Amino acid sequence: MKISLDVDKCCGAGQCVLAAPDVFDQRDEDGIVVLLDENPPAEQLGQVREAAAVCPAAVIEVQE
Amino acid sequence: MNRPESVTVVGASAAGLGVVETLRREGYEGDLTLVGGEPHLPYDRPPLSKQLLSGAWDVGRLTLRQPEALQELDVDMRLGVPAVGLDTAKRAVLLGDGERVGYEALVVATGASARRLPGTEGVRGVHVLRNLEDAQELKAALARRPRLVIVGSGFVGAEAAAVARELGCEVTMVTDVAVPLGDALGAEIGGMLADVHREHGVRIEPGVMVEGVLADGARQVRGVQLADGRTIEADVVLVGIGAGANTGWLKGSSVPVGNGVECDATLYAGDGVWAAGDVASWVHPGTGRRTRIEHRTNAAEQGLAVGRNILAGPGEAKPFAPVPYVWSDQYDLKVQIYGSTRGADEVRIVEGGLGERRLVALYGQGGRVCGAAGINMVRVLRAHRRSVADAVPWEPEAALVGGER
Repeated sequence: MKISLDVDKCCGAGQCVLAAPDVFDQRDEDGIVVLLDENPPAEQLGQVREAAAVCPAAVIEVQE
Repeated sequence: MNRPESVTVVGASAAGLGVVETLRREGYEGDLTLVGGEPHLPYDRPPLSKQLLSGAWDVGRLTLRQPEALQELDVDMRLGVPAVGLDTAKRAVLLGDGERVGYEALVVATGASARRLPGTEGVRGVHVLRNLEDAQELKAALARRPRLVIVGSGFVGAEAAAVARELGCEVTMVTDVAVPLGDALGAEIGGMLADVHREHGVRIEPGVMVEGVLADGARQVRGVQLADGRTIEADVVLVGIGAGANTGWLKGSSVPVGNGVECDATLYAGDGVWAAGDVASWVHPGTGRRTRIEHRTNAAEQGLAVGRNILAGPGEAKPFAPVPYVWSDQYDLKVQIYGSTRGADEVRIVEGGLGERRLVALYGQGGRVCGAAGINMVRVLRAHRRSVADAVPWEPEAALVGGER
């Protein structure tokens, strides 16, 4: 799985962290997304896709 | 599991897109049709009153999915054609071009429209801010640095005020409430935000109704008339007084409509019809209250939930029980709210403070936590989301001690 982020569009909602806490985090100062794991294990795919789906700024792209 | 052979989604914004993406992601192979009244590919609305209005982003940045990604969904897209009627007996959507689109399952995701001030039809210089064209027209108007009057003090009005000041416009905000944003955040925090707007040069006229706009012989707006007899001169007026659900096209169908499409807790409205996004009203299982939410994250989450529930079928569908979330960017402040803060009977700042303009506040109702709001404390606020989700008893002192810092 490959994850790419359009960080400039991030609005700091943190929905991705709630959906996939092992893969995403937020910066302390402004809540902008931080990618914890660029190549997460396959069993995380469901969570990562859900994170991409609920992101309110369409920041996350997932390729299998 | 009896999956429908065809699903038609009316409304091609965040909620509608969420439904079709979820269906395909979860392996649905039936016919999918996506009807959108606007001619554009699905685009994002929160930046309209922020980055698009300010000029920081061009229109292309708003596109929610690239054309190739949409193509892969294998969806019959009917964009630029509004739905004008629904025949629930024959299960067909009537489109503005006279065509009929059948369905076995239908999703109503037609969103909401900005409320307008009576008597402003055809008056030049009076704007609303809801879709791409609205934002582009307002942006063009603000480029001339006009005297702008904003009617209403909700998030859209407050964000537009911030952008307009940064663009050098003279801005007056008129609102019928005592404290702008006070209904959403409480008088104290709303008052702090109002102070920030004043410091940036926004003139605020609180606690007064706008009776109407004043126009010259050429039907160009010249100002607003207040209920207390005063007038305020304006070259441009932005009306930001909320929105109403787009349900007119459902008239005469069996779909129950009140303030939005009235669904059960699973977002099902009967007769194969579901609803998602701003247009959907459902009974939140946590609060037991009928709820309709006009926020971006709710649209995505309801799209996801409806997609899954369609595949599960009405009998097996799961109740939709989110922690609502909304954010607003004004100047260098990020305002974020979890849960429901309107109508709270308790407000307590549990982290940071008004003076430093970084804080987290908890909101309580009936002895339980019902909401949490943060200003420039993103991660700290997220740690309090759990209290909102669990509606824990109102003990904010405990939160103050135990809250993650």
